[in-house]
Amino acid sequence: MMDRGTVIATEDLSKHFGDFIAVNKISFEVRRGEIFGFLGANGAGKTTAMKMLTGLLQPSSGKAMVAGYDVFTQSEDVKRNIGYMSQRFSLYEDLTVKENVRFYAGIYGLSWTERRRKSAELIDRLGLLEVKRDRVAELPLGWKQKLAFSVALIHDPAIVFLDEPTGGVDPVTRRQFWDLIYEAAERGVTVFVTTHYMDEAEYCERISIMVDGKIEALDTPAALKRQYNAKNMDEVFLKLARGK
Amino acid sequence: MIIFLMFVKKEFYHIFRDQRTLIILFGMPVLQVILFGFAITNEIKDASIVVLDQSNDASTRQITQKLVSSGYFHLDRNLQSSQELEGAFSTGKIKMAVVYGPGFADAFRRGGGAKVQLIADASDPNTANVLTSYATAIIRGWQAERLGITQLPLTIKTDYQMTYNPELKGVFLFVPGVMAMILMMVSAMMTSIAVTKEKEIGTMEVLLVSPLSPSIIIIGKVVPYLALGVINAAVIVAMGVFVFGIPIYGSAVLLMAEALLFVVTTLSLGILISTIAESQQTAMLFSLTGLMMPTILLSGHIFPVENMPWVLQWLSNIIPAKWFIIIVKNIMLKGSGFQDIWKETLVLLGMAAGFIGVSIYRFKIRLE
Repeated sequence: MMDRGTVIATEDLSKHFGDFIAVNKISFEVRRGEIFGFLGANGAGKTTAMKMLTGLLQPSSGKAMVAGYDVFTQSEDVKRNIGYMSQRFSLYEDLTVKENVRFYAGIYGLSWTERRRKSAELIDRLGLLEVKRDRVAELPLGWKQKLAFSVALIHDPAIVFLDEPTGGVDPVTRRQFWDLIYEAAERGVTVFVTTHYMDEAEYCERISIMVDGKIEALDTPAALKRQYNAKNMDEVFLKLARGK
Repeated sequence: MIIFLMFVKKEFYHIFRDQRTLIILFGMPVLQVILFGFAITNEIKDASIVVLDQSNDASTRQITQKLVSSGYFHLDRNLQSSQELEGAFSTGKIKMAVVYGPGFADAFRRGGGAKVQLIADASDPNTANVLTSYATAIIRGWQAERLGITQLPLTIKTDYQMTYNPELKGVFLFVPGVMAMILMMVSAMMTSIAVTKEKEIGTMEVLLVSPLSPSIIIIGKVVPYLALGVINAAVIVAMGVFVFGIPIYGSAVLLMAEALLFVVTTLSLGILISTIAESQQTAMLFSLTGLMMPTILLSGHIFPVENMPWVLQWLSNIIPAKWFIIIVKNIMLKGSGFQDIWKETLVLLGMAAGFIGVSIYRFKIRLE
């Protein structure tokens, strides 16, 4: 386990909005190829923390390294080496499958030939060859989600950040989506995922739970269940959230 | 650069694949110009009048003849008694009544007391005003003709000359106004909607996480609208010239350059709105109530700014369209060169710079 190398490391990372402390000195490490679950109730600060790690938000204090770069000073390099997918899939519904893929490949600065090769490869791998000229709006939800995830990985990032990627999706589609996540992790991509679904938390290798801006628990799901004497992650989460 | 072009291409896909956007972008300008040019007009032409002639002599018949032959008035019928006046107005078709007092010619010749009364339907005050003043002018003209050489040496003779728009055509006024309105709509409203749409569907987040710089994202979104705005301005001017016969006395190049500047100003206003509004609806509401209404009411396009209370006059200065309309009118109708409109140009430039500045500031706050 130790030989995998660290891809995300934070030390006392904080974010203040005026008097309000959204993220309060969080410190954690994520290793290469790990599926890291980032949990917390609404307003616990996980979105703010994620924004800092993806270079969207300047941290107030502390240290953070992502993909080997400092988020304070090298946010451009950080951005080049991460992928991101939000809850809302972030595809353009009025563009075709092919146009979407090529556009996202383009904004990550892939060359023209690379863009063509990667797009063709991705469309082929996802079995979307038949519908590549269809607009994304016409695709079934599960396909859209697959496409959005693959697009987030088109530039071969070291880490992919998934912000509640399965919000509002049915259980079968969710299950299929997690297969994709496992595949990516096997290829060595680190997956940093936030979720509201506690059954999904069980799929993660390690999880952290944020309460009021602090990381209150960080371990494997099994260890956390033992520690809090709980049957499942739901109970662990409730005990932590209620304890405060 | 390649990334930027790709971004612009993507934006054009959005525009050309959305029918509603297309209708607003290309249907509206044509429709508005036609509406304002043909239907909504302040011009007085063939207003129906009635005449109650209690003298029925040569003088009064001459005056009536002069009124009718001016082209402004159309004689509906002659009334026989003052009781019929009420009935004539009640249909709403008659705009004005001309009543000559008894013994008009005699009184005029004796040098005093020749009476003519103009009764106008003031339920439409603007028209009533215009009609009575036209009729008064015509009657005065007749009087002056008749007095001829016997005119007193110390009378004031008022001479009218409607310069720059001799035929008082409303469309001359409306084309600059419609141009300002359309460009405001295309540039400010459509861009603010386009940007907030990306926020709403979540793609903005992905773009911001990508290595693209925020300025590329915004400029990439705005450039297509810049092009479309300028095309729209050209279409409106062309329609004004070829359909309504409006002259362009000044330089067409200068006119388009000023239109470009106005588009930039309104685009930056659109960007500013999108930094405030989180959803497309908010952006639209902002644009419609915050921009369109003041533009229509305070730009001088429909209501003359000079007649407003000073608070509104002062307020009208912050409406970009007001300055643009002044510029367009000066170039098109007066043939003004840049030396005549540099102040207005400077105001627009300042506004654009201000809007962009505030947008950047607000954008930075969000990222901190």
